Amino acid sequence: MPILTLITFLPIIGVFFILSMDSRRSELIRVTTLLVSIVVFFISLPLYVTFDAHTYEMQFVEKLQWIPSFGIHYHVGIDGISLFLILLTTFITPISILASWHITRNVKEYMIAMLVLETGMIGVFISLDLFLFYVFWELMLIPMYLLIGIWGGPRRIYAAVKFFIYTMAGSVFMLLAIIALYFLNHRATGEYTFNLLEFYRLDLSFAVQFWLFLAFAFAFAIKVPMFPFHTWLPDAHVEAPTAGSVILAGVLLKMGTYGFVRFCLPLFPEASHAFIPVISWMAIVGIIYGALVSMVQDDLKKLVAYSSVSHLGFVMLGIFAFNIQGIEGGIAQMINHGLSTGALFLVVGMLYERRHTRMIADFGGLTKQMPVFATFFMIVTLSSIGLPGLNGFVGEFLILVGTFKSRILYASIATSGIILAAVYMLWMFQRVMFHEITHEENKTLQDINKREFAILIPIILLIFWIGIYPNSFLRKMDASVNHLLKQVGEKANIVSTLQKQNEFEQLQQNVTPKIDIVPEAKTEW
Amino acid sequence: MTNVSIMTFNILSILPILILAGFGMIVLLIDVLSSRKFGEKNLLAYVSLIGIVIAGISVRNSTGTALFSFHETFTIDNYSIFFNFIFLLCTGLTILISHSYIKREEINHGEYYALLMFSTIGMMLMASGADLLNIYVGLEVMSISIYILTGFKRSKLISNEASLKYFLLGAFATGFLLYGIAVIYGSTGTINLNQIASFIASKGGISDPLLLMGMGLIIIGLGFKVASVPFHAWVPDVYEGAPTAITAFMSVGPKAAGFAAFLRIFMTAFGSTHYEWQKIIFILAVLTMTLGNVVAIAQTNIKRMLAYSSIAHAGYLLIALVSANSMGISGTLFYLLAYIFMNVGAFAIVIVLSHKNDEFIQINDYAGLGFKHPLLAIAMTIFMFSMAGVPPMAGFVGKFYIFSAAIKSGYVVLAIIGVINSVISVYYYLRITVIMYMKEPAREFTPLTLSPFIVAAIVISVIGTLQLGIFPSKVIEMAQQATLILK
Repeated sequence: MPILTLITFLPIIGVFFILSMDSRRSELIRVTTLLVSIVVFFISLPLYVTFDAHTYEMQFVEKLQWIPSFGIHYHVGIDGISLFLILLTTFITPISILASWHITRNVKEYMIAMLVLETGMIGVFISLDLFLFYVFWELMLIPMYLLIGIWGGPRRIYAAVKFFIYTMAGSVFMLLAIIALYFLNHRATGEYTFNLLEFYRLDLSFAVQFWLFLAFAFAFAIKVPMFPFHTWLPDAHVEAPTAGSVILAGVLLKMGTYGFVRFCLPLFPEASHAFIPVISWMAIVGIIYGALVSMVQDDLKKLVAYSSVSHLGFVMLGIFAFNIQGIEGGIAQMINHGLSTGALFLVVGMLYERRHTRMIADFGGLTKQMPVFATFFMIVTLSSIGLPGLNGFVGEFLILVGTFKSRILYASIATSGIILAAVYMLWMFQRVMFHEITHEENKTLQDINKREFAILIPIILLIFWIGIYPNSFLRKMDASVNHLLKQVGEKANIVSTLQKQNEFEQLQQNVTPKIDIVPEAKTEW
Repeated sequence: MTNVSIMTFNILSILPILILAGFGMIVLLIDVLSSRKFGEKNLLAYVSLIGIVIAGISVRNSTGTALFSFHETFTIDNYSIFFNFIFLLCTGLTILISHSYIKREEINHGEYYALLMFSTIGMMLMASGADLLNIYVGLEVMSISIYILTGFKRSKLISNEASLKYFLLGAFATGFLLYGIAVIYGSTGTINLNQIASFIASKGGISDPLLLMGMGLIIIGLGFKVASVPFHAWVPDVYEGAPTAITAFMSVGPKAAGFAAFLRIFMTAFGSTHYEWQKIIFILAVLTMTLGNVVAIAQTNIKRMLAYSSIAHAGYLLIALVSANSMGISGTLFYLLAYIFMNVGAFAIVIVLSHKNDEFIQINDYAGLGFKHPLLAIAMTIFMFSMAGVPPMAGFVGKFYIFSAAIKSGYVVLAIIGVINSVISVYYYLRITVIMYMKEPAREFTPLTLSPFIVAAIVISVIGTLQLGIFPSKVIEMAQQATLILK
């Protein structure tokens, strides 16, 4: 059964259902959308069960001709790296739809946007054809842009346009790099194809790798977002509706880090090695800067948004540690961040629905009124800080182990980010939940209702599961990550040794000229 | 295309042109004879559409071998056939969007349809011309018809002004073109494209400065028609003043014809010496894209915004010309086809939403459209995203095609400038969607009167835009077939 195609395009089929419905019957539309997304989630579960953890080969592969004259295929498949990101997507989507029940304006359009967004997100993670990947990558911009722009807060238009243009600006360079790879591959093999697995075999000269890496990394760094390309994120997060923030934090940001793992590292191993210091320092600055800025926020949503910058910095640091702990930790942390930050946004959204404010100063002492809510909030907060026994710890620990193994300096600085995280999260929690109730309005707050309970409980369960028994996740990644390290390591041996001696110029002379970009005077098409 | 047959005089080769001319005359006759009995004159639109369809069928029938006729001045090959389809599609869509518009503006005269068809004849001649003079004649036939159509709202000052401006500048530009042709004739002794090519080959390159000058003059003449910077000054005023349906027609038809001639002349006659002209076109392309996109941002009138955007699109197409490889040529063909769908579609929506005398064509008039007329707004959104080059729309595949061609020829810098420009363009295309979906309505939306004609035009455009974006392979193959003849 073509599971991947099914989960990718089932939401689109759902869109057609919803299109045929009367826009006044909003309850029906909501339920249908939720059902579609839940069905998608259940269809995606066999991916986990039947996934073969012993091989790094792509699984559930489907390959069809799409645009034969350019050698473009509909080519999808997953390995241990993308598996959990897909599951995360199908898991988060129903939750965010459930969290959008309070949307009353233009429900139909909202739900259509959500479903199209799901298609786009899954598509990004399963594409093995770079053209297909790019199509999904851009496709998912449109619904997200509309979600922020139509259903967002007061500065929604600014935030939506900024989000769109930032991402687009990054990705067009990636498009050029993809086209360049296409022709380089043709030069090497005589075959016109966008097949990622073919591109992995290319042996590119350092100069070419350098520029192509830069183009890809620019697109991904904006998406992650890495410092200093992060400025769109707080705006987008703050203005987006709750579900938009959840998806943005839960899945969209992961596309950037996933891009690094899937494309930058294996395609341009030497350049990736050469860029370790740059990327790592950007990540470290992001970790510290994000944490410090979070600390001074008086808006809950902004605080969570900046904490994302910090958390994603850890992911990037782990990936660029270039060892199994670092990368597995990075991937695990992508999932963890999706769960805990997603949950934080949900919690903030619940507060906002009750009080129509997100200012920390407007709250205080909520524990007395909302004990159940407080428990959930506490768990989520601790998971975000990385308390042992909860999911966040697993990822951050692995990342730091990996980084310590490769570069002690980076790890020691980054560790301070964890302390800072505890500071700003706990302080925030204290100000919101503890002390006396200072505002009259807060005395009548309702504890969470059934729907909200249903939203949070699956996330909480996963938080504990990953925290207590991470092996059920990590072991599925082993084969793929090991293979990735082999891919990166084999090609890049020369670079890493040379790099230690700071002999960059020598490197460029030593490496034999390989495929390079030169104008092709006459080629038949 | 191995089988090239040369006939001195083959009436069948110009069958589509004859059919169009015939139907043009019939429309004129019906208009005169009917007095006002046919009332709403739906008949004229029907007859014109039938003419377009029959001409299309006859184009199809002549596929097969490359065919020269009229003493090698006229050729029928896959290239010209592809362009003939483009022109007929463009005219057909224009007729569909004109029907209710010209009634509303009270310019419902038979000449309107006849002139549209005559200008199509001119375009077909340009795409099929195998010598410079034939291309020139085609260009004049096309241009003169459009000069008249631009001023068709004869009681409106703005329309007259547009027509006069277009005519004066256009006449000047065709003067340049003709002068260029004369100079080339003086230098090479021939106006036949293939013979010019063999002349240049026999000299081993262009040594004669006269020939270079002729080439430059031709670039000016055609650059004017495709609205490339710095020959673009007429575009905004003319586009704004012309009847909206004609603006739609003008922004795609003559542009396509201009590029048909551009590619035919520069790839056939000057193909071997592309390094001579690539630099000039390179600069033109950069200027055209950048100016078009940057100035479009500042526009408040949607017709003017689309005018500047059409300048920018000409810039992208020039990138394909610079790359001077077969991928660039087929990319141009594909892009032009995609551009017809998205641009005529966008203009169709402008027509639907505007009122008599071009009321409501400010961009701000679209505020709140998104939830008032959701289907129209979705269609407009598709066209805007397509023009911005966002997948899965036709415009994306077109841009991908053109940038690929540039990289293939090693013009990476040009491709980079191109993508930066398309990011700039995102801003103003996005603004339309922002205003439609994210702003409160600034005016009352009166119930729309949608004629089936214009609905058909919008539906065809939406389907075309999506089809070329999601399943483009058929058309890409046709475009590749069409370019074989030039390389």
